[in-house]
This record gives sequence, C-alpha cells and structure tokens, in this order.
Amino acid sequence: MARFKIEPRTENSLFAPLLVSSIAIFLTAIAGSGLFLFYGKSPSAGFHAFFIEPLQSTYGIGEVLLKMGPLLLIAQGLAIGFRAKVWNIGAEGQLLIGAICGGYLAILFEGSSSPFLLVAMVVVGALGGMAWAGVAAWLKVRFNANEILVTFMMSSIALQLLYFLVTGPLKDPAGFNFPQSITFGEAALFPIIMEDTRVNASLFLGLFATVIAWVFIQRSLLGYQLIVGGLAPAASRYAGFSANRSVWMALLIGGAAAGAAGVAEVAGPLGMLQRNISPGYGFAAIIVAFLGGLNPIGIVLSSALMALIYVGGDFARLSIGLPSAVTAIFQGMLLTFYLASSFLLTHKLRFSTTTVSVKSTPEAAE
Amino acid sequence: MEPLIFILAGTLAAATPLLYAALGELVAEKSGMLNLGVEGMMAVGAASGFVIVALTGSHALGFLGGAVVAMLLSLVYAALTIVFLANQVASGLSIGILGLGISAAIGKEYEGTTVTTFAKLDLPILSDIPFLGRAIFDQDILVYGAIALAILIWYLLEKTKLGLIIRAVGESPHSSHVLGYNVALIRLSCVAFGGAMAGIGGAYLSTAYTPLWADGMVAGRGWIVVALIVFGTWMVPRVMFGAYLFGALTLLELSIQGIGFNVPSQILSASPYIITIVVLAIISRNPILIRQKSPMSLGETFKANS
Repeated sequence: MARFKIEPRTENSLFAPLLVSSIAIFLTAIAGSGLFLFYGKSPSAGFHAFFIEPLQSTYGIGEVLLKMGPLLLIAQGLAIGFRAKVWNIGAEGQLLIGAICGGYLAILFEGSSSPFLLVAMVVVGALGGMAWAGVAAWLKVRFNANEILVTFMMSSIALQLLYFLVTGPLKDPAGFNFPQSITFGEAALFPIIMEDTRVNASLFLGLFATVIAWVFIQRSLLGYQLIVGGLAPAASRYAGFSANRSVWMALLIGGAAAGAAGVAEVAGPLGMLQRNISPGYGFAAIIVAFLGGLNPIGIVLSSALMALIYVGGDFARLSIGLPSAVTAIFQGMLLTFYLASSFLLTHKLRFSTTTVSVKSTPEAAE
Repeated sequence: MEPLIFILAGTLAAATPLLYAALGELVAEKSGMLNLGVEGMMAVGAASGFVIVALTGSHALGFLGGAVVAMLLSLVYAALTIVFLANQVASGLSIGILGLGISAAIGKEYEGTTVTTFAKLDLPILSDIPFLGRAIFDQDILVYGAIALAILIWYLLEKTKLGLIIRAVGESPHSSHVLGYNVALIRLSCVAFGGAMAGIGGAYLSTAYTPLWADGMVAGRGWIVVALIVFGTWMVPRVMFGAYLFGALTLLELSIQGIGFNVPSQILSASPYIITIVVLAIISRNPILIRQKSPMSLGETFKANS
C-alpha cells in the first residue's frame, strides 16, 4: 500500500525554498478563489483583475515597479535581521522617520538645485531610520526590553510625530491648512526612469541593496557571525561573537533600509510630506522577507509578487468592485501558507510502498 | 468630584477589553505559546461582534460570536506552530496581519455605523452609594466578569492540578510529554482559550466601550496586551493591575484634553506607547523578575520524540 512517509531532511535542499514559496502561492490562489466566490465574483474574473490587468498596460507595470521598490529595499534589510533572529517589526515607523528626516532636508533647501541634495536626503533618511531602530537595539542590549514590542510601539510613536509635524511645524503655510508640507523642488525628487509611469530612480536603491545583501550574507564574515548568533547564541558566544553586536547590526541595517525607503516615497511619487506616506510597506515587507526565504534573490521575486498584489487590489476594486480588504487578506494568507509549508524545509515527504511508519527525530534547534 | 467619578468609572471600562485579552494571552503563554496575533484576534472579535449585535440586537450573541471567530483565527496559529512546527513569532505576526484584513472585510458594510451600547447593570442599592456607587457599581456585567475571570484564572493556574499541568507544559514540554501529558492538546486548548478571550475583549471594544465599527479601531491595544504580560511578569494580580493602570492612563489622556491643557493631541496619542516602552525597559532590566515567572519554553516549538 502506497503511503506518505515524513522524514527529516538530513541536508539542505536547493529546491526546497523554491518549492515552499511555490506551494504557498498555490494555496493562496486556491483560498483566493474561495474569497472571490464569497464576494460573488468568478475566480477567473478575480484573478484576471488582480494579476493580469495590472500587467497589460505600461501604467500598470509602472505601478508594480513603483511599489516593488520600497518593499524590496525594506525586506532586504529585515531579512538580515530575521536571519539573526532579531525581530524588527517596526520598519513602518523607521520608514516614516526616514521620510521625515529626508523630507526636512528637502524643505530646508527648498530652492536648491544641487545634485547632492537628493543624495543627502537618502543618507539622512537612512540615518534617521537607523536612529529610530537604534532605540530598540539600545533598550534590548541595555535593558533586555523585547525588541518586537519596542519596535512596534516606536512605529506608533513615529506616526504621531509625522501627524504633529505636518499639522504644525512643517505644514505648508500657503497650503490652505491641509496637513501636508510644501511640494519638494525638482532637485529633491528622484528622476522618472520609465516614460508615462511614476517609476523613479529610487528602484535602483532596492536593487543596490539586493547586491549588498547578497555579498554580505554569502561572502562576509560579519554576515556569517550574524547568522550563527541567531542560530546558536551559545556557540557564537563561545566563538567570541557578541550577541549584542548582532542585535545592534540587525536593527541598524533594517532601520537604514527602511529609512531610505521612506525617502524614496516622499522624494518619489508623493513629492511632499503628508499624513499618508506608506500603505503599510513596513509590515508587508515582513511577509516579503519570509516569502523570499530570507534569500536576497528570493526577495526580489517575492517583492515583485507583493507589489503586484497591492496594485492588483486597486485594479480589482475599480474593475470588479472587490473591497480593498481583499489585498490585506491575500497578504496575510501568503505568510500563513508559507509558514505552514515551510515544514518542508526541514522535512520531506516520501512515498513508501511498505507499511506505514511515521518516523521523526528532534527538531533542529530553533 | 465629577471628574474623579468619570475617571474611576472610565478606567474600569477602558481596562476591561485589555483585561480579557491579557488573561487569555497569559494562559496561552503559560503553556509556552507566545501568540503575538492578539491585535488581529481582537480585531476579528470586534468586527464580528459588532456585526452580530447590529443584526440581532443581542449583545450576548455578539460576545459569543466574537469569541468564536477570534478562536477560529487562534486555531490557525495553533495549527502553524503545533502541527507544522512553524516559528511562533512569525506565526503570531501572520495571524495578526490576516486578522486585520479579515476584520476589515467583515466590517466593510458597517464602516462608521453604531449599535446600542451594552446595558449597564441596575444595582439598586449599591449604585445609590454616593460617589463610589456611580463610579464602581454603575457598570455592565462584563466589567465585573473580567474581575471574576481574573480571580478564576489565578485560582486555576496556581491552585489546581490543571493549572499545574499547563505550567508544566510551559516550563518543560519534553518532561510533560514523558510524563504522559498530551502537550499538543494542552497547548492547543490554551491558545484557543486565549483566542476566545481576545475576541470577547475586541467585541467589548466595538459594542460596549465605543459602540461603533471603524477599521483599525483596535489601534494597537493587542500589542499593549502582549506588553502587559511582561509588565505583570506572568502573574495574574500584576497583569490585572497593569490593565487598570493602563485604563486609567487612557482616561487621563481624555481628561487632559477636556480640561484644556495646551498639549498637542499627537503627544497624548503617543503617550501610551512611550509609557509602555519605559515601563517595559524598567521591568525587563531585572532578569530575576523576568525569569522567575516566565515560562521556560515560551516561544519554542515542541516536537515529541518517539
């Protein structure tokens, strides 16, 4: 009788991460069909609106690339921290602080035409994001305060700070009392790189981060230490690597990436500081990082998919009237199914023709 | 006198949703399950509770429905962590995100609408006591229910065999397994209980505390609940104290605005988070306090050796 057999994997499989992400996407598609039916739409119409329509026009493709940029950038930063088991879930707040810091420069040097203004904005934004995440790192190292809770709370504080600034000190005096800053000058904006779209040069920041992340993880001792610190804190202490340094590095890298992504938003499609800067990129990037298997190349693919879900959600709302909550549910389902199928990263299913024997051994240290 | 009555009465009401969710999360964590999805579970509880009250007019059904829906979501977490051995932190985040999406979908048609608030108990003699009567005894039954539940949970965890088993599973799932306890079932039950309580907390928020539905109305309370467990160093009385302190803080925020202090509203809105971080740091710096009562296996996936 042919039965499944569950066995632990004895060696890493090259294909397992790809398989796991594919299964997660497949299961999300099945559950998504159910969701479309629930809203009285045929699954084919739903999938067409969500995943085909955005790719049928230059505008749609442009929007996908536009949304992919910040997701890619933030997820590359977060993935490095997640590998070290440092849970930065406050990238959303670090993004906002980056946007505020970079945006403040743009407001300060309103009339500037210097090509260095934009560079300075990105640097200052990244530093701002680092500083915001650094608070969590300091509290973790100095007081042992849980970084998950602190980074989340810091996000909520960042949002209030943004509201305060755009309704107060940084409000456009000639803006009819709208909660927004002045429109940035030309020199403070990323140039458009694709005609008839909003895709701008900030996309290169994400691609650049991908290369850096790949080199960092694959080739550097520092990256190796970070991973060892996450997998086996005791072993890494024995080898002389400091766990505290892992915490600092993980959070600072994640904060810098998110801060730069914030500048990319305000110096890109928005062109000003306003109340709504990010449609939850900081949280969506957590899903992107996992779905990409915490692998720099995988994250390029998963950020494209997540961007497509964002844009597809807008298309589906306009063309077949699906509520925008569907986008959020899709995102949550992707992560949920990914985690369920990631079982296959450590175990394999095999057909066996003998009697049933479910063998199991202790899990590798989590 | 009037402002004091307002603050005292308001504190009890504001703390109630936090207390339900926190007691549920405490039980789950005592069994070793760090469920970070409280925000999402409270949100689906709030949305489904609200919709049920709007449709049926029955608050009892609303609380029950909110509890059931949030419990179902918590079972997704249980499946991920117990069956598929997924990381607890990531699984909690996952149902947190999923829950916020589902709550938005459930509440979509009801955005901005209101329901009748949950009736307060009429306690003829007690509520006639000057001052205290109106502050403490002019509340709905769930406010007292939360206090009763806290006592019950404390008794259960500290004084009963079931409590001992739950704590043993949280301390050392391997030893508990060897002793013959069904670790998976116990953990699943504790997570389900946590989900149900988060659902009641959420439903209380949307049908009693502020009887309206607005997307995102849980507004970070789920995360404050998780922080409350650390504040309370995994002990029921301290968690309870933390919840009421937090309720008072919420009210203080409202009253400062009412009195007309010239403080930007954003600083007031951010203050709960700032205070949470400060208290979290103060409490966490004492390793003895944290280690004494925090379950040893908290956050670790367990797989039976056989």
